[in-house]
Amino acid sequence: MATASRETTFTTPSDREIVMTHVVDAPRALVFEAHTSPEHVPHWMTGPEGWTMPVCEIDLRPGGEWHFVWRRDDGSEMDMRGRYREVDPPARLVNTESWGADWPETLNTLVLDEEDGRTTITSTILYPSQEARDAALATGMKDGASTSYDRLAEYLAKR
Amino acid sequence: MHASPDQLNATFAALADPTRRAILARLAAGEATVKELSEPFAMSGPAVSKHLRVLERAGLITRGRDAQWRPCRLEAAPLKEVAEWAAEYRRFWDASYERLDDYLQHLKEEGHHGHSE
Repeated sequence: MATASRETTFTTPSDREIVMTHVVDAPRALVFEAHTSPEHVPHWMTGPEGWTMPVCEIDLRPGGEWHFVWRRDDGSEMDMRGRYREVDPPARLVNTESWGADWPETLNTLVLDEEDGRTTITSTILYPSQEARDAALATGMKDGASTSYDRLAEYLAKR
Repeated sequence: MHASPDQLNATFAALADPTRRAILARLAAGEATVKELSEPFAMSGPAVSKHLRVLERAGLITRGRDAQWRPCRLEAAPLKEVAEWAAEYRRFWDASYERLDDYLQHLKEEGHHGHSE
């Protein structure tokens, strides 16, 4: 049986986007469901160890709202919400995403491509401006890093 | 996410400009005066000073007291917050997708196929 690559790649194909790609060993209907059902999302979309998702509300239709809350084991919470724009199972999902009024709202597009029973997940995050994208990239992401980011990252690594 | 959104926003806004990022990268190599910073960027002293004020307000640099030279120095703490935020974002999705691999395997074993095809 083919083993899916566990790598997630991060790229910046345009001035305002960050794109994440990941290949899974499952048909896209199941992958779509895993991304859009409150029954499934809290089982995996919880980041590093020590995080849980106590709130997962999904109204899966164009114009419908979603609301996720993550809780860390130290009690701190992170709140994220948005609205679905396009719901086209099992291939495509478009939604807005915001962490609150102080953050730029992004437009996220999930595209699922299936081949031989494996699905390529492509998640594109579109920022309102290049400035917002570049700021979010800061010093941490590969491929988007300019020379000055590299130098800063080196400097920070030494602190 | 350790930093407050306000603090991160000030840092993000300051970092959004490529000249300011280049100035910070130059300061990573050591202190510099306005004159020294103006030269590589082919900018006037006042134009550089304007960028320095934004960086100073965001707490990304501090300036010496010497009235004439006021050398600029990089302050690492707010930058580290932003770097950690970006790294945390990556870690979040790396870890989530890794968990998704296992979770999908589990669903397949339980006979789920997804009902949207």
